[in-house]
Amino acid sequence: MSTVTRIPFVDYLVLEPEPHLIAHECTGCGARFFDRRNACAGCFGTEFTSVDIATEGEVRAFSIVTFAAPGVAVPFVAAVVDCDGTSVRANIINCPPDPEHVSLGMRVRLATTVVGTDSAGVEAINYGFEPA
Amino acid sequence: MSRSDDIWILGIHMTKFGKHPDLDVVDLGAQAIMGALADAGVTMRDIGVMAAGNLLGSGGIAQQLQKQVGQTGIPAYNVSNACATGATALRTAIMAVKAGEVDYGLAVGVEKLAGAGLLGSGGKAKSDGDEWTRSGRFGAVAPVDGRIGTESMPGVFAQIGMEYGHRYGGTSFELFARISEKNHGHSTLNPLAAYTKAMPLEQIMNDIMIAYPNTRPMCSANCDGAAAAVVVNGETLRTLTLEQQRRAVKVSASVLTTDPWQEACQVLPDVNTLTRNAARQAYEQAGVGPQDLDLVELHDCFATAELVHYDNLMLCEEGGAVDFFESGAPFRDGRMPVNVSGGLQSKGHPISATGIANIWEVCQHVRGEGGDRQIEGAKVGLAHVIGLGSACGVHILERSSLAA
Ligand SMILES: [Zn+2]
Repeated sequence: MSTVTRIPFVDYLVLEPEPHLIAHECTGCGARFFDRRNACAGCFGTEFTSVDIATEGEVRAFSIVTFAAPGVAVPFVAAVVDCDGTSVRANIINCPPDPEHVSLGMRVRLATTVVGTDSAGVEAINYGFEPA
Repeated sequence: MSRSDDIWILGIHMTKFGKHPDLDVVDLGAQAIMGALADAGVTMRDIGVMAAGNLLGSGGIAQQLQKQVGQTGIPAYNVSNACATGATALRTAIMAVKAGEVDYGLAVGVEKLAGAGLLGSGGKAKSDGDEWTRSGRFGAVAPVDGRIGTESMPGVFAQIGMEYGHRYGGTSFELFARISEKNHGHSTLNPLAAYTKAMPLEQIMNDIMIAYPNTRPMCSANCDGAAAAVVVNGETLRTLTLEQQRRAVKVSASVLTTDPWQEACQVLPDVNTLTRNAARQAYEQAGVGPQDLDLVELHDCFATAELVHYDNLMLCEEGGAVDFFESGAPFRDGRMPVNVSGGLQSKGHPISATGIANIWEVCQHVRGEGGDRQIEGAKVGLAHVIGLGSACGVHILERSSLAA
């Protein structure tokens, strides 16, 4: 058997050597963006560098979503995670989706999950955050 | 030719919110316009500019409405600004009048939403057998909604309320549910509300959970409705009848903002900064402070949103929204009644109509025409809307001192 090829679910997720997120950082003011910008939304600077985002953080906001688009498993926990000063949108995974197990200020770390495998046998790998 | 730059609402109208299966968007919008013109005591012949909003229709609502109520060849602006569409239409008409280009402006917002279900979500999952292909600005191989957080409105606004709780403490599922209980209680006095039944706290908490901590009755109610307003400059108003001058409502402030960049604002919409900015500008324009307000209609698209806007509109001190609610202040018999109409959760939220309907509510009170739900002696009130993305409209309205 050939080895399974894995691809990241989004451009800003890097799988090797260890899974982590990257962002475009404005060299002028340090603002970070997960997708491309013509100019920085904060200072209008036009130079960016690629930076790694911390893989641990704390839950700053969450909701347990029970109604979602077709094909999305519910309930799931949607959250904003503060990763060392950079806010990241993610699901909280590997954790029961209820208010007894998810809390504001909870420490979490980046984890990966398989979204699915396509007809060519390629696995799409997504990220989430799990209790640390 | 120079005109006085004071702006007045000469006439305003909102339709019954709820289900109107026999009326289309043109019927509903026309009903609001005819009501506003009659209330103002003018006809389409007087109107110099028109701005109209309708998000879910086929486009060109202003011209469709003109064909229904009067085509005079005036400029028309079709505006679109999410849930702030109505306020944006009004602001557009106000700018034209204030610029001195016309004496009278007409703004209208209309929506058919009954039975629309939850808005803001979408995107189907990848079907089996295909090969992964990247699309969108994140290069995602499947829709990100639900896989990387949520894009659903209930989920987004739930997080906004939870974030406030994280920063300042004191929030709970029950607290948010009690905010909703207040608004459902208020709507029992509003015959134009989509829902007019009080809901006990237990019923609210035990209803279907949409996005914790928002259950179904804690979400804005999808419904049909329209609202329209006629604005006029002060110089023209002073040539009208004493009755028109007495009933006119002064627009002491009219402000529209978008969100300035903040860390996290592109991850979770920041509805706070632009609301604070709009409120600050509005208080300055009007020369009044939050303590001078007799009532506030704010954008409670979800129970979790109402809490943060107590703070954003500076009805309480920073971080004090929970205490403000617990003090009883925002109840209709409290010192700062908020959403005595029932708010979006109970009066309903026909998107494009909302930003004029909240102004209609404030006008009713400062005119002393609030009927059973009149806030006694109300002289000045504030109306606020948020369109996610974001846009914020704040208007401050004052009772006329003309012809007193
Ligand atoms: Zn910058």
